[in-house]
Amino acid sequence: MDERMSELRARIEEALANAHNKEELAVVWQNYLGKKGQVAELMKGLGKLSPEERPAMGKVINEFKGLAQAAYEARAAVLEALELEAKNRAERVDITLPARRRPAGNLHPITITKNEIIDVFAGMGFEIYESPEIEDDDHNFTRLNVPKNHPARDMQDTFYVADDIVLRTQTSAGQIRYMDEVKPPLKVLVPGRVFRSDSDATHSPMFHQMEGLVVDEHITLGDLQGMLDVFVRKIFGPEVKTRLRPSYFPFTEPSAEVDVSCFQCGGKGCSLCKHTGWIEILGSGVVHHSVLESCGIDPEKYSGFAFGIGIERIAMLKYGISNIGLFFENDLRFLKQFKD
Amino acid sequence: MKVPFSWLKRYVDIDITPEELEEKLFGCGFEVEELIRLDAEIDRVVVGVVTSCEKIEGTHLHLCKVDCGEYGRDIQICTGADNVYTGMHTPAALDGSTLPGGVTIMAKPLRGIPSAGMLCSGDELGLNEDLYPGAEYYGLLDLPKDTVPGEPIAPVVGLDDCIFDIAITANRPDCQSVLGIAREVAAILGKPLKMPETDYRITGEPVENFSIRVEAQDLCPRYLGHQVRNLRIAESPRWMRRDLALCGLRSINNVVDITNYVMLEIGQPMHAFDRDTLESSEIIVRRAREEEEITTLDGKSFKLGPENLVICDGEKPVALAGVMGGLNSEITGQTKELLFEAAKFARDSIRKTARSLGQNTDSSSHFEKGISEYSVELGMERALHLIDALNCGDIAPNRYDCDAGQAKEGKTFRASLARINAILGIEIPEETALEILRRLEFRVKKDGAFLKVTAPRWREDIEVGEPDLAEEIIRMYGFDHITPTFLTDSTVTNGGKRPEMKTEDRVKRALCSSGFYEAMTMSFYAEEDLDAMHVAKDAPERNTVRIMNPINANFTIMRTILAPSLLKVVVGNLKKGNTEGRLFELANVYAPKELPMTQLPKETKHLGLAAFGAEEDFFTVKGALEDLAESLGCCFSYERAEDVPYLHPGIAAYVLCGGERIGCFGKLANIMTRELDLPKDSKENYKIFLGELDYEKLAAHIPAQLKYKPIPAFPDLTRDLSLVTSEETTCGAIEEEIRKACPQVSRVELFDIYRGIQIGLGKKSMSFKISFRQDDKAIDQETEERYVKKILGNLKFRLGTEIRG
Repeated sequence: MDERMSELRARIEEALANAHNKEELAVVWQNYLGKKGQVAELMKGLGKLSPEERPAMGKVINEFKGLAQAAYEARAAVLEALELEAKNRAERVDITLPARRRPAGNLHPITITKNEIIDVFAGMGFEIYESPEIEDDDHNFTRLNVPKNHPARDMQDTFYVADDIVLRTQTSAGQIRYMDEVKPPLKVLVPGRVFRSDSDATHSPMFHQMEGLVVDEHITLGDLQGMLDVFVRKIFGPEVKTRLRPSYFPFTEPSAEVDVSCFQCGGKGCSLCKHTGWIEILGSGVVHHSVLESCGIDPEKYSGFAFGIGIERIAMLKYGISNIGLFFENDLRFLKQFKD
Repeated sequence: MKVPFSWLKRYVDIDITPEELEEKLFGCGFEVEELIRLDAEIDRVVVGVVTSCEKIEGTHLHLCKVDCGEYGRDIQICTGADNVYTGMHTPAALDGSTLPGGVTIMAKPLRGIPSAGMLCSGDELGLNEDLYPGAEYYGLLDLPKDTVPGEPIAPVVGLDDCIFDIAITANRPDCQSVLGIAREVAAILGKPLKMPETDYRITGEPVENFSIRVEAQDLCPRYLGHQVRNLRIAESPRWMRRDLALCGLRSINNVVDITNYVMLEIGQPMHAFDRDTLESSEIIVRRAREEEEITTLDGKSFKLGPENLVICDGEKPVALAGVMGGLNSEITGQTKELLFEAAKFARDSIRKTARSLGQNTDSSSHFEKGISEYSVELGMERALHLIDALNCGDIAPNRYDCDAGQAKEGKTFRASLARINAILGIEIPEETALEILRRLEFRVKKDGAFLKVTAPRWREDIEVGEPDLAEEIIRMYGFDHITPTFLTDSTVTNGGKRPEMKTEDRVKRALCSSGFYEAMTMSFYAEEDLDAMHVAKDAPERNTVRIMNPINANFTIMRTILAPSLLKVVVGNLKKGNTEGRLFELANVYAPKELPMTQLPKETKHLGLAAFGAEEDFFTVKGALEDLAESLGCCFSYERAEDVPYLHPGIAAYVLCGGERIGCFGKLANIMTRELDLPKDSKENYKIFLGELDYEKLAAHIPAQLKYKPIPAFPDLTRDLSLVTSEETTCGAIEEEIRKACPQVSRVELFDIYRGIQIGLGKKSMSFKISFRQDDKAIDQETEERYVKKILGNLKFRLGTEIRG
């Protein structure tokens, strides 16, 4: 019996070693370890033994069976690993092949810039408000302290669509509409398209502005500068400073042009700031009495400040764009460069 | 506004450099756009003395030895000028020197003879006769004999000067003159202003039988006239010619020069009539009559109307008021007696006349910006002073002065320094504030806690009081004194976008995630752009807001649809080699409520879509729309669109939301593809899709508030059905019938279309995956069979559809 078992064991080991895949392994199982396999045959042989011999021999055969099964499992594990390795090898890809994608688009740089500015002012409590792009003379000029014969009308080349109806030349027109709706204390930001008959590298007949207005008691020119300081630091960087200098707008008095210290050279002078260290970014001032009065707000009680930001101007400065026309050409090679 | 530094210095003792002055002017609200140095382009040009000079035989040249002081006592220079002589002092441009116009002079042989530079004419130095006598002589500039060899040329010929080109803001017409700027400079420097002299002698008896009458007082609130007799027309003195020349004006004769000089110096346009050409002894200022004609000094004739103001000699116009004099009353060399005019004309009247006639003159420009009555008076006094000082004629005693009864005083108001400080947000020392106002020639008197302030008469921009004074004080005190504060005293307000703006952001982001880039195009285009889209002449899109004064022929109407703009963007991209892309624009279109317009037009936001490239087809664009609808929580359905003029009648659809038509999309019509401005051989291959939705209609269907629905307790049951149907039957029709037949259908999805012999000619087989759902219980086999039977029965009855065996 011992002889038979050791011979069988040698055959099983050989058969397992020769099995190179799952199918061959299954045959080995069938031949040796299955119900009708040779190990089972051994078990059947027990019947021929005397009842005294049986338990001892049964134990021996069972042990043998256990060993054979373990050998089988070990071989199966090796084959499994080999197979997985082969599969992995077969499935291997060239990871440098081009990606397949449906890329997302993006917002226009003007929208991105607009939203950035809106975020800054919304955080300071400004409501965002939109008003018509085609305006009457009253809202675009007269109630902004630009009466019919005022020379300031010449400051802007206005498109007329009827005798008293214009394409709005400034989002300031929205100030008036807002103050008709909402009484102080108020903070509002009016973004939108504006139109002027002007066209060159830095002027487009259509462009975007954002008008800011604060009306409350005890508002000062200092508050205007303080708020603009926050704005420019958020938009251009924490080191950037503002400078106010006298200017003229009919709807503010005093009026001030606002420059920022050049964020490219830090104020030392470079081509961006035309070697002055400062870049002009917006116009502002204390709201003119007559503007408040035209909206039924008592200028003796309330005061305020207003500012007008050219969105293209900010975007051109931020992104280093020198020609305003690019914004409206919509060349995809241009549009694809901006990320929100 | 051009102001020569040398001229300015006559009124103020300026002890700082032009650069320092530029900086100070800038800080006070006067931006110097350009500081023009007259000698900017001149370098290494010195006084040379010709020590010997020989004609070179056979040429037009002279060989000279030139003494240039420290630069060389014996420099050999050839010159072609034949006025050269031994002992001449003349400008010598040395080797490596530069001259105006970017000219560089190098030592080089002329006709083989070495020449170490060039002797110059006045013209070569950028001089003219008015700037330097003899400058226009054809030949070398003959300098005085007291000039020193080697001395730099600029101071010798008066080019060591500069001109400030200053941007004057619209509120300061009083600074459109050398005196006006001098006044600011005096205030800035805290120095006295030396006023130009205005005294003159009166000669002879008063003029009789002459009068001036202003009929149109609304257009001419002030008119001064004064006669000058026994005119002695001659050349102007050198200093005047030089001042005029520095400002770009040529000298004509003493009388004409005086009018120009006063305009530049005082800012008051003056006019002089030849008294003898006036046909009556009356001057009338009135509106022109319909069709009345005038020929102005430049020989141009105009037909006028009541909107134009004219000066008449009783009957005929002799000047177009404030714009230009008439040819008929021009001052000539023979003029014996003249009438000076100094007036204030209404700004908008002059502007309209100048614009409508295309006659924009220095005079009209001054009047458009605004003239104060102070300058009318000062201008007249100054002109008469110059007449007398220059001995051009005898000044008659009578002054004609027509006014509309207005006050001849500056505006007076009460102001409080505390309130000025409240505007600025800082405490300005009282003494400083008062000093600044006095320097600006405001009269200030303390009146208890208040100030009684009188503005100077030339400051017609001062109107409100405290804000004006705050502005004057802070610009002189310096904006750098402002302390930035962050709304220390103000009320907290609730900020942010309104809900409809947030919805727009959602729409834009949804489209971006479907691969669309946001575009921005002009709000206007031309009728031709609608023609190109084959929009019918009587279509509603032709009802447009028209721009009365367009900037060019491409931008004449406000757009009524976005499609033409986006198509242009697509074509532009294709031309540049961008072969595929997706674009959208969310922008207004405009429609007049009536024509001619008497109220604001209707502005409606539209959402325009464009997709192009080999990968695009009707269904990829439809997919983008579905994605958009889903992201907004809406549901779109479609109807065939055969009548959108720019879309392919077989590949276009109307988009419906909640049963309402909100727009359309589809492939660009074949006819339009053919007409595109693209290379002929390639354009048939382009696949261009356009879409346009009425955004406001779409937005109205976006659910404002979403509510949670419980997740179905049981999974959906799905069943595949292949249906044979006629070619004409649409997928949409089948889907609709399936849903109608069985409300438990949760989803219908077409996954295959098959055509072949087995099916039969003119037929197709469409395979659908149908999902069933019942919220309250699982669907058993039996129920599912019942549903399928119902569906098939309905399809057969309504559409003649059979199940594929």
